[in-house]
Amino acid sequence: MSAVSGTNFDEMLDADGSVRPAYAEFRDWFDGQDKAWLQRQDAEAERFFRRIGITFNVYGDDAAEERLIPFDMIPRIITAREWRKLTRGIEQRVRALNAFLQDLYHRQEIIRSGRLPIEALRNNEAFLTQMIGFTPPGGVYTHIVGIDLVRTGPDDFMVLEDNARTPSGVSYMLENRETMMAMFPELFTRIPVRPVSDYPRRLARSLRACAPPAFRGDKGSRPVVAVLTPGIFNSAYFEHAFLADQMGAELVEGNDLRVVDGRVCMRTTTGYKAIDVIYRRVDDDFLDPLSFNPASQLGIAGIFDVYRAGGITIANAPGTGIADDKAIYSYMPEIVEFYTGEKPILQNVPTWRCSEADSLGYVLDNLADLVVKEVHGSGGYGMLIGPTSSKKEIAEFEAKLRAKPANYIAQPTLSLSTVPIFQKEGLAPRHVDLRPFVLVSPDGIDITPGGLTRVALKKGSLVVNSSQGGGTKDSWVLDE
Amino acid sequence: MLGRAANGVFWMSRYLERAENTARLIDVGFHLALTRGSRQSQDEEWKSVLTTTGLLDDYCAKHADFAGHQVFNYLLRDRDNPGSVLSMVENARTNARVVRTSLTNAVWETTNEGWMHLRDLLARPVRETNLGEVLTQIRRTGTLVRGAIEGTMLRNEVFNFSRIGTFIERADNTARILDVKYYVLLPSAAWVGSSLDNVQWDTLLRSVAGNRAYSWLNAGSMDPRGIARFLILDGQFPRSLIFSYEKIRSNMAGLAKQYGHEVPAHELLRDAGARLHQLTIEEIFEGGLHEFLQDFIGKTIEIGNAIAADYRFNA
Repeated sequence: MSAVSGTNFDEMLDADGSVRPAYAEFRDWFDGQDKAWLQRQDAEAERFFRRIGITFNVYGDDAAEERLIPFDMIPRIITAREWRKLTRGIEQRVRALNAFLQDLYHRQEIIRSGRLPIEALRNNEAFLTQMIGFTPPGGVYTHIVGIDLVRTGPDDFMVLEDNARTPSGVSYMLENRETMMAMFPELFTRIPVRPVSDYPRRLARSLRACAPPAFRGDKGSRPVVAVLTPGIFNSAYFEHAFLADQMGAELVEGNDLRVVDGRVCMRTTTGYKAIDVIYRRVDDDFLDPLSFNPASQLGIAGIFDVYRAGGITIANAPGTGIADDKAIYSYMPEIVEFYTGEKPILQNVPTWRCSEADSLGYVLDNLADLVVKEVHGSGGYGMLIGPTSSKKEIAEFEAKLRAKPANYIAQPTLSLSTVPIFQKEGLAPRHVDLRPFVLVSPDGIDITPGGLTRVALKKGSLVVNSSQGGGTKDSWVLDE
Repeated sequence: MLGRAANGVFWMSRYLERAENTARLIDVGFHLALTRGSRQSQDEEWKSVLTTTGLLDDYCAKHADFAGHQVFNYLLRDRDNPGSVLSMVENARTNARVVRTSLTNAVWETTNEGWMHLRDLLARPVRETNLGEVLTQIRRTGTLVRGAIEGTMLRNEVFNFSRIGTFIERADNTARILDVKYYVLLPSAAWVGSSLDNVQWDTLLRSVAGNRAYSWLNAGSMDPRGIARFLILDGQFPRSLIFSYEKIRSNMAGLAKQYGHEVPAHELLRDAGARLHQLTIEEIFEGGLHEFLQDFIGKTIEIGNAIAADYRFNA
């Protein structure tokens, strides 16, 4: 952020310009390379991505069709010690999220205890009344979680957002690593980086461990897993196809599926075949036109009844969106403590709920210094970043905020850490965040070392979303 | 395998085959137009190319004359024309994207790269000076994808559906090419086998890339019956009707073996194939070449539809 640039934490260099230990070996290698060769490799990376078709579609942008998410070849490096602490914090948080969901859809102890106001659930579309009283197979609600972290200092990682519905980006984590290993193999012989490539196998195992009661495993058969995609026009289609392929699962669309004899079945060339676990990459609303949005063309009529009868596992469970709602987010410290009995290891970003009069007053007085987000928004749309906005933009936003204060939360503009990106002119610091991917099954919580680092490519920008000009980096966790 | 995925690989292969055949037709049309003196006979050539591709009516709705560059640009790159090479390569690539998990990386990447390359080549109007290069690239895309399929795909149902798509399309295209030339050149059935223009028959062979092979087999001499026999009944020529049907048959047999049973389409195919094997070229001419081809094209469509229905291509 331009307002405080210079004071943020640079992950590669310390205040006097010397290289931090995490990056020492990399920087040593980098400085020894021919700069012209590096530039050629940089250009080569883009061609590579285009050829294999790693693209995404931008909503509301007809002309662009398929775009590349820019890839930056300077890795983001996390030490073993930093990662150990992060994993403890992430595990604690994900455990709490699942316990919270179980509670919300059953006894609602957290509301009875007064730690969470009932208003947080009322009129909240993410809370699915259809899920009340139902426990998903294995008791797992969030099979796949992405926890968005930001860093503000050497030991200061904070959770910016929990993604408990259908977190995306894991294919970029995997392809970024593939690309780096193809471009700079010698780096990986010099520096011990923990591998990520077995994520799809772990995902498949984790999903199979959540088979529904209807799966009996006759003759040692394994649960049938399918990935449900809205289709090729979805912005994350590449990822859906990629994951299905890597897991050896079928990639299905709504019109491939039908309920037959109490099971959800896919139309194969030889007839309908039952699916045990469906990794759906469509929103709750589009899952079942009978139970949810009747206009949905994407879903499967009757899947929800099959689900409640134990005929299929849906991952993530419907209704998990309530846990990553931004209004709920502000209660996460209380939620973690309520369900784990421990202090949260990972901090929240301080958050003002504009629904509360005192907070709203403060936010209105300090709009120019704050980041204001829509409670139900995502993808970096519909938010205000005070310090980089014009007076006119702030005034316009203020009007929206006054009209519907409960729709917004506000946070201080964080001094996000930077990692350098590669440019013709040399290395240049840019703001980053980190999305580690977490798998949950009855066997436990599994966190892939690293995750997806998103980077704001524009100088001074704090918005890392790919839909808003962000790029990605390979993220390394160093081995012990 | 999902029915939708089978549909995807089937159509991906069909579109690529059709794009390649369209390129070949343009090539021949262009060469003929160059060798024809009068504007009127040039127009006739382009008209017959449009008729073969089934696009004459659509073209006429949009354009008033048959200027060569206008016709080949319409056939190559008109986005409103679903039968243009650009539209078809895009369709092939879209289908490949839909079924990406069924394809090897090599097949997907060749298809994707071919599309990227042709999209760039066809971004601006094609001129007579670069037409040759464009046509070569189109044929090469088809060749590369087929090579990637041949060299990297498991010999399973996905492979079978892809090959069935290729050869259904090829059988159809060869039959149409033959039929249009028959029509245009021989309006009266009495002329068949009597008064023929060598250049026209050579053109026909070139349209299916068979001129060299035919000359080699027949030591350079050409006669209409020989040509018809070659294109219809020669089991060695990879674009003949009988060769295409033999490939459809063997791939359908592959499906029956994997799935453990046959479907109604097998029966249809067996009947049509048996008829083709029993016929001589004399009998075909006796019954009427045009009638035979019309019947063949109809049968091929019927078989394609039966395969789509029997293997649940659509919901």
